[in-house]
Amino acid sequence: MELDMIVNILSATVVAGTPLLMVALGELICERSGVLNLGQEGMMLIGAVAGFAAVFATGSLLAGVIVGMLAGVAMSLLFGFMAITLAANQYAAGLALTIFGTGLSAFIGADYVGKTIDGFTKIAIPGLSDIPVLGPVLFNHDLLVYVSLGLFVAVYVFLRHSRGGLLLRAVGESPESANANGLPVLLIRYLAVSFGGALAGLAGAYLSLAYTPLWTEGMTAGRGWIALALVVFATWRPVRVLLGAYLFGLASILHLVLQGFGWDISPELLAMLPYVVTVVVLVLLSANPTRTRLHTPLSIGQPYRPNR
Amino acid sequence: MLLLERRQVNSRLMQYASPILALVLTLITGFLIFLGLDRDPVEGLRHFFITPISDAIGWAELGLKAAPLLLCAAGLTVCYRAKLWNIGAEGHFLMGAVGATIVALQIGESSGFWVLPLVLLAGIVFGALWSAIAAFLKTHFHCNEILTTIMLNYIALNLLLFCVHGPLKDPYGFSFPQSAMFGDSALLPMLIPGTRLHIGLLFAVLAAVAVGVLFARTFIGFQLKVLGEDEQAAQFAGFPRKRLIWFAFLVAGGLAGLAGASEVTGPIGQLVPQVSPGYGYTAIIVVFMGRMKAVGLILASALLALTFLGGEMMQIAMNLPKAMTGLFQGLLLFYLLACDAFIHYRVRLKHKPVAESRPASTPVATQES
Repeated sequence: MELDMIVNILSATVVAGTPLLMVALGELICERSGVLNLGQEGMMLIGAVAGFAAVFATGSLLAGVIVGMLAGVAMSLLFGFMAITLAANQYAAGLALTIFGTGLSAFIGADYVGKTIDGFTKIAIPGLSDIPVLGPVLFNHDLLVYVSLGLFVAVYVFLRHSRGGLLLRAVGESPESANANGLPVLLIRYLAVSFGGALAGLAGAYLSLAYTPLWTEGMTAGRGWIALALVVFATWRPVRVLLGAYLFGLASILHLVLQGFGWDISPELLAMLPYVVTVVVLVLLSANPTRTRLHTPLSIGQPYRPNR
Repeated sequence: MLLLERRQVNSRLMQYASPILALVLTLITGFLIFLGLDRDPVEGLRHFFITPISDAIGWAELGLKAAPLLLCAAGLTVCYRAKLWNIGAEGHFLMGAVGATIVALQIGESSGFWVLPLVLLAGIVFGALWSAIAAFLKTHFHCNEILTTIMLNYIALNLLLFCVHGPLKDPYGFSFPQSAMFGDSALLPMLIPGTRLHIGLLFAVLAAVAVGVLFARTFIGFQLKVLGEDEQAAQFAGFPRKRLIWFAFLVAGGLAGLAGASEVTGPIGQLVPQVSPGYGYTAIIVVFMGRMKAVGLILASALLALTFLGGEMMQIAMNLPKAMTGLFQGLLLFYLLACDAFIHYRVRLKHKPVAESRPASTPVATQES
């Protein structure tokens, strides 16, 4: 294989992994607070359509990104009200969010099918992008790719080295003792869920404004679900989320790669690959239950109501 | 300040009132949505919920849409009672449709009383086998069933697309991605002449009743319930956890597979890419609305079948997107979950107690909403 081709594949991998990285970082924070939000797919779709509509209306990409994120936050608050305030079953509330988001986005987006906008374009970082191999792979992308890397650093530092991260983890491990220590458990969970919503909205906006600057129904194609698997894969640690996102990104463009090799496999079978890879990775990781359990936030999936 | 207070005993009233309340709230929201769209809300709601069933044909269409929902929901109930979060009914359904198609196309025009049962059986077996993958991954590799079944849904959809573009494609189909039409003996008999309603609805009602009996009368149903309510107790009592998981998944897969087979042998008569408008996902709402009881499932599947008809009616009569279906379905589930909170909690309005204003050392006990 020629070097040019490898560089192209790796560069495409980073692009394909970026929406996964965004949504998975959001879900990571959310799950670290003890809340499992299965609504990522729905929030992404709403973020995608809202961002697209905003750019279509204003012509400003920045407005698109902000509206997409706010739409994600609004959706996540809906989930938060169910799962945190009303202590509803988190699985059901998350599924409801996805069903609702899928329907609502298709409804809002019906007017935008087939319309085009000027999406994000590549910005080559001066100097860095001239480095052979590394330059084109990492430093010749659209702005949101760099934003996603910044978010990764922020989440990493927040979890590992900040007081806020400590409080968040305390709430996720044991809401009872966090509460006994005077932490506002429900507020912290709301913040974590909102952060997840903002990043899912951003990931959706990335798809409709940068990845393929257009809107089609169900355009997230299960990326929200793959991101949920990714968080398990990463055993709730940011660095592994980063690596995993690019691994899954590679899986999702692998069909393009194989077609490039002239392999005669039907496109429908190749389109299965990212989902098959996800299952295989889940199997490899879950096979040892003690290891998974060691890193799982203890209170995950369980609603918490302070006494009284 | 809104306070949720745990009830001593779960409210039986809310258990039954909650779905009705959710429907009313959905209707109110729908009213507001139509207002927001600058359409006559009364006309809108009438077109969505009443026009589709204003004649006998409409009711037959309702039954036609309710049957696959009910079959899928009956199967999912067996899983959900045991707190096995199988989201894979859509995939089981699609694979059932594929399996039935493979056999139906093999048989071709041969006739005989055995043809239809064989085709339906193929659907059941394919659905169950597809579901068995998730069961196997759960019992042997401890894989989270939510994630595996979702992935299997996407894989099943792509397999179906592969089949209708490849091996199962009708060679005389003008290159449309669809299978050949099935022979007459592989088609389900009609239930009401002059409509499209076929006997698949009977299978569905039968399945719902059977699941009701399973949980009300049988030991395996009892074991599943215990597994769902208290896994440790089930383990302590020596219930065969793995075997129960397999049972629940196989039943869910088989019934959803039968639903898929009934779709291709019923109203469609061939395999097409859009064989399911999302029955497998909507069935999840049916399970929650129907309270996992036979009668409830039947009523809920009829209501959600109506949302499919209503969405189509929106497109025809009011030139609005068909996606209204998903919108109303999502709203319904949201409101249901919200109302369900009041089975376990009662609301009390309360003035801010003095203790609350103490500094941060006070445990936070309430949540503004």
